[in-house]
Amino acid sequence: MTTMLMLQTAKTADAEPVFHLENEHEHAEGGSTMLGFWIYLMSDCLIFAMLFAAYGVLGGNYAAGPAPKDLFDLPLVAVNTSMLLLSSITYGFAMLTMEKGRVAATQAWLAVTGLFGLAFIGIELYEFAHMIHEGATPQRSAFLSAFFTLVGTHGLHVTFGIIWLVTLMVQVWTRGLIAANRRRLMCLSMFWHFLDVIWIGVFTFVYLMGVLR
Amino acid sequence: MKRFGTLLLLPLAGLLSGCNLDVLAPAGDVAAQQRDLLVVSTVLMLIIIIPVMALTVFFAWRYRASNASATYTPDWDHSTKLELVIWAAPLLIIICLGALTWLGTHLLDPYRRIDRIEAGKPITQDHKPLTVEVVALDWKWLFIYPEYGVAAVNELAAPVDRPIDFRITSSAVMNSFYIPALAGQIYAMPGMETKLHAVINDPGTYKGFSANYSGAGFSGMRFDFHGLSAEAFDQWVAKAKAGTEKLSRESYLELERPSENEPVRHYASVDADLYDAVLNMCVERGKMCMSEMMAIDAKGGLGLEGARSTLPLEYDKFARRGAVFGVDPSYVASICTAEEAAAAWRAARGTEKTDWMPKDLSPLRGAGLLRPGMDRQRADASTGGGHLPPFEL
Amino acid sequence: MPDSLIKFIFGRLSWESLPLHEPIVVGTFMAVALGGAVLVGALTYYRLWGYLWREWFTSVDHKKIGIMYMVLGLVMLLRGFSDAIMMRLQQAIAFNGSEGYLNAHHYDQIFTAHGVIMIFFVAMPFVTGLMNYVVPLQIGARDVSFPFLNNFSFWMTVGGAVLVMASLFVGEFAQTGWLAYPPLSNIGYSPDVGVDYYIWALQVAGVGTTLSGINLICTIVKMRAPGMTMMRMPVFTWTSLCTNVLIVASFPVLTAVLSMLALDRYVGTNFFTNDFGGSPMMYVNLIWIWGHPEVYILILPLFGVFSEVTSTFSGKRLFGYTSMVYATVVITILSYLVWLHHFFTMGSGASVNSFFGITTMIISIPTGAKIFNWLFTMYRGRIRFELPMMWTVAFMLTFVVGGMTGVLLAVPPADFVLHNSLFLIAHFHNVIIGGVLFGLFAGIVYWWPKAFGFKLDPFWGKVSFWCWVVGFWFAFMPLYILGLMGVTRRMRVFDDPSLQIWFVIAAFGAVLIAIGIAAFLIQIYVSIRRREELTDPTGDPWNGRTLEWSTSSPPPDYNFAFTPVVRDNDAWWDMKKAGYKRPLSGFKPIHMPRNTGTGVILAALSVALGFGLIWYMWWLAAASFIGIIATAIGHTFNYHRDFHIPASEVTQTEEARTRLLAMQG
Repeated sequence: MTTMLMLQTAKTADAEPVFHLENEHEHAEGGSTMLGFWIYLMSDCLIFAMLFAAYGVLGGNYAAGPAPKDLFDLPLVAVNTSMLLLSSITYGFAMLTMEKGRVAATQAWLAVTGLFGLAFIGIELYEFAHMIHEGATPQRSAFLSAFFTLVGTHGLHVTFGIIWLVTLMVQVWTRGLIAANRRRLMCLSMFWHFLDVIWIGVFTFVYLMGVLR
Repeated sequence: MKRFGTLLLLPLAGLLSGCNLDVLAPAGDVAAQQRDLLVVSTVLMLIIIIPVMALTVFFAWRYRASNASATYTPDWDHSTKLELVIWAAPLLIIICLGALTWLGTHLLDPYRRIDRIEAGKPITQDHKPLTVEVVALDWKWLFIYPEYGVAAVNELAAPVDRPIDFRITSSAVMNSFYIPALAGQIYAMPGMETKLHAVINDPGTYKGFSANYSGAGFSGMRFDFHGLSAEAFDQWVAKAKAGTEKLSRESYLELERPSENEPVRHYASVDADLYDAVLNMCVERGKMCMSEMMAIDAKGGLGLEGARSTLPLEYDKFARRGAVFGVDPSYVASICTAEEAAAAWRAARGTEKTDWMPKDLSPLRGAGLLRPGMDRQRADASTGGGHLPPFEL
Repeated sequence: MPDSLIKFIFGRLSWESLPLHEPIVVGTFMAVALGGAVLVGALTYYRLWGYLWREWFTSVDHKKIGIMYMVLGLVMLLRGFSDAIMMRLQQAIAFNGSEGYLNAHHYDQIFTAHGVIMIFFVAMPFVTGLMNYVVPLQIGARDVSFPFLNNFSFWMTVGGAVLVMASLFVGEFAQTGWLAYPPLSNIGYSPDVGVDYYIWALQVAGVGTTLSGINLICTIVKMRAPGMTMMRMPVFTWTSLCTNVLIVASFPVLTAVLSMLALDRYVGTNFFTNDFGGSPMMYVNLIWIWGHPEVYILILPLFGVFSEVTSTFSGKRLFGYTSMVYATVVITILSYLVWLHHFFTMGSGASVNSFFGITTMIISIPTGAKIFNWLFTMYRGRIRFELPMMWTVAFMLTFVVGGMTGVLLAVPPADFVLHNSLFLIAHFHNVIIGGVLFGLFAGIVYWWPKAFGFKLDPFWGKVSFWCWVVGFWFAFMPLYILGLMGVTRRMRVFDDPSLQIWFVIAAFGAVLIAIGIAAFLIQIYVSIRRREELTDPTGDPWNGRTLEWSTSSPPPDYNFAFTPVVRDNDAWWDMKKAGYKRPLSGFKPIHMPRNTGTGVILAALSVALGFGLIWYMWWLAAASFIGIIATAIGHTFNYHRDFHIPASEVTQTEEARTRLLAMQG
């Protein structure tokens, strides 16, 4: 829109200069939402970056306690990872059906996504409980503090994602796939995939490299 | 405002002549070199600052609205030549200053052994450095002289023209060890060792203190630093030795408890391993030393069995208090005994380079300006003892 | 009641938590309570609560939110300055064995609170308020991208301020210095509520700051008037954009590092502890990775103000617009590469230290270029020495000194002798007062007529100006000298009597500044009284150059009846030169956001959450947390967030202005 208008002003520069828009298109509601949400995600990404940095600095400080190779159960984590990856795919399907305007299918895919998310959280909680039971508490060493905080923060994000997902499902149910709800689903989609990307980082740097070292 | 400035300057000059500007007129060679760098940098910057200030005043005056005779060019907003000057002038100054900084920072690196007593007096084989182990406590300073087996609280003495190697740590919180007349400061941090190399050239009594806020008793963390002649220093050591107090692990734990405005105190003898135990945060027997912990961690920890190898903390410098949702305060139990740990430290210290370099007159090289033969020392400086290595690029 | 129940309800809050044994605090409390009662009484008597709630507290209008930010900044300035003057008094008398009048417990809180308040609750609200008010007007927008978020951000900032103020009367504030370095700030050495107040106040305010940063970036990127390309944006908008990029890219770091500190304190993790492998040095690094950009967050918008003011009052286009923009961008990027210069003395190697020293010096190149640009904007101008311009010239003369001492501190060996000394204190006050505060005053005086329709009284403005400028030199030159004597910061008592005279001079300077602040308040009062004489019906009192001066003063709710089209970076100047005529007809309905009280409620719940966490009142924390979630979700079910101002109302407003302008002839 802007470039078009610039051309217009340039053309009219010789004649009568144009100083204001006689007929403006209203700023579409939520025109900046995607940009704004993206910037929010980047700021959230920075929080994770700090937690990764903390893990990078403290990850080797076991305080004569257990190390990753003693604690991490890679098959379990692999299952967990697949839960989250699958939830991203199902969210993708939800978005595709949303584009076609099929409310019921969208809702169904969203529900499947939420279930995968819950499974992820459940497995993560089981893993945490097991570690704490073994005495590997967040207080035991700086490595464990950084581990629990990084993975736990991700888990908290997923939890809020699920709450948000349920809220949106209610809203889609009551109001249908109106523009505002589509926009919101789009935001949650970005959020959900963002968490997936973060998890790939966690899986690689924390679990895989932890067991390797 | 200019008028105010001139008015201010007159009494200022009078006042300044009366006070002692430790930073600008130090008594130690390292501080003197730091002062020189300070002055040169200031002069370099004034080359640009003064014209800017003068131009500001001049333009403000010349182009005031009431001066109709001044040129007025409301649409003039660009001049490539002028912009080049605008960016180039500060750039040139910063290039000079940057070069000076690079050189100065490496030459005056506190970890680097000094290579001269003062201008024109290089270090020779006759200059045996004095090692002083410094511990910042809440809220007093402990100075240990391993060579003489004595220690002092809130008093530091050193012979003039003898290089001093400070090894610095802290018992609880961060402090900064600073004697303005001697050399710049460096942080004292628990579980870590920082180093400072300096020399005092003029005999006298100078003030030293913590330059990093450390809690309630911070203001009283002051001590006198005595620059003494060789004989006077020997007398000082003899006086300290003549006392009765001994500094053992047990009496250290007493001393370590928070206290304010401590008087000067001397210890006739010091437990030889005390400083290393403080540095490794294992003065209490049974607590695992940092050196041991780091060695274990480097090998991958103690596995799941190690998870429960903590013991409740009986003693704490402050109230025994932990996080509200956390476990009770605890510590990691040691595997080896205090004596075994001490033997390991002695072995580690034994490999350290204790002799020193006479001034090397070969030309400076790049790469941090290490001189041939200096590389070893820096390597030692970054790995010696049981402390965390300092940052390296 | 059984003890366990009391403990459940009140956590660690008890009668002993109230500082009844501190006469100074009790006196302050009396004064605040009395003043507060009078204010509440007056508001009730004049039935202003409803008006305030409807027109201000729940407003999503960026102009009103901007003004509220400024009021918050001003109120907190008074608190922060009281702390300053108490410190100056203590240091001026605590000699020759005297303990002064403040014990360590009180004094250590004061210098911590002074730093925290001045940075987070004075400078930040002022800067954010200015950006909030001016940026949408400068880019020809009707509001920010997310008006509700803007209101919410503001109230979160207020929430943080409320927690800091509460610490004065309930419990205590941190005694750790304004950055709360561990291990000192860990639970072992600071077991009481002080550091918890610090953490939660900053976390609550930090949410607001981050969101307002996102909001303003989107506003600037998405909502510029047609024709306003990036390189046609006013310089203030440019500097605001860079500042908000810095906010969004640095405040999350603060959030993360404070969260880790909170975990250490609440859960007993070992991020920054001495034992169990923690690293206090990591905290120092992380907090300064936020802390250094923060410095530029504060100063950059004021660089923009000085640019606007210099060009307006010199009656000239800004010299070197392009290089000004690039200088700003370069500073923005470089500000992330210098954090280590705050702790050269931590024992990093010489190469690391010189790297960070030199990057710091490199920042002075674009900054120097900016100074030259202002200088050559004045060159061959017609400089009107109105108050904003006076502040600008004072800034140029003051700031270069602060810049010079800053570069000096960037030379590591020089820093070894000056670090943590009063020289450092003098340096950063030199740039923050000489840069940020002078800039804020310039900005306030400059844009006041836009916000209220009348100018500020010049006489009291000049009194304030001279008191501030002279007071500043008196207060901080002695600190430079003391720093060169090797006197360190945060000392409560001194043993060297020869130092006293300098502290007395500094205290005198602080008194002058106090008069300057008083004169500023009088200036506002007098101006409101004389608003008829000082009125500016034109909307363009300074012969301005940017779009905000094209609309009325104060601007209508919708800012611009028609969205302006921009052809030049001095858009309004260009319009005036090209014979712009105000459109008098053809008005259309204008789409506007609706007010909402959700922001206030969320912020209030956040304060309750913080308070609960600070005092270990877990029920309160849990309840308010659930409340926050429920309110936030509830808010998303409200789909009616906008309305249209009918064309008739726009016509009416615009015709009123037409008549007003006609009366001026």
